[in-house]
Amino acid sequence: MLSKIVRTVANQLILFVLIFGLYVIAHGHLTPGGGFQGGAVVVSGVVMLIVAFSSHDLKKSLREHILTVMESTGALVFALLAVAGISTTFFYNFLVGSPVFGRIPPTGPNPGDFWTGGFVPLMNFAVGLKVIAGLCAVVLALALFTRGEEIEE
Amino acid sequence: MRQVVGVILLLVLVAFLVAGMLLIHPFGYPPSDMDDYIIQNAQRETGNNNVVASVVFDYRGLDTLGEATILFTAVTGVLLLLRAQRRKEERS
Repeated sequence: MLSKIVRTVANQLILFVLIFGLYVIAHGHLTPGGGFQGGAVVVSGVVMLIVAFSSHDLKKSLREHILTVMESTGALVFALLAVAGISTTFFYNFLVGSPVFGRIPPTGPNPGDFWTGGFVPLMNFAVGLKVIAGLCAVVLALALFTRGEEIEE
Repeated sequence: MRQVVGVILLLVLVAFLVAGMLLIHPFGYPPSDMDDYIIQNAQRETGNNNVVASVVFDYRGLDTLGEATILFTAVTGVLLLLRAQRRKEERS
């Protein structure tokens, strides 16, 4: 555990780090970034918490079964979205033209519309969930291992 | 005998690399038309302003599936390794 200044700053900063990470995930089909990158940003906030506080405090809230469910949900949603358009091809973007994320932007530079992209935003959310849970588990397990502890069930 | 085989394999590898260098497209001419196709049609076909995202998740989605599997395997390996270490210490 670091000094009170570091802990206070980390406490205020974690909100903005999480918001930025979720923004990168949610706007993956409009701006640079996506599920992998935004998930890494969120997990960098978790690493900041582990450094400022201690991994001993975080293992009570980041339990293994929550992270397992998150990671499995992300992987399952990703795979199901890939299989859902199997009547045409594997990874067919079946949501283009539908009311959900189905709008088609004009070709060329345009201001951007959130409800575009077909299943790519949903896949970004799924991959983001998967990356957040997976990297959180890895970072927490490594941080706990240096203290001789173990990630909790 | 092993050295002879090694030299022959090395010569074959060198021949392949030299042939690859000689057969490469001249500088400034793209080797395929796929990049032009994706740049011109990605927004109309997939609705993504971010063409990179449309390639990663739509045109080359299978590659991303493998990438996600790599992440899953890495997480499983790390958790399994650290847990096994812990169990072994308890037993001894």
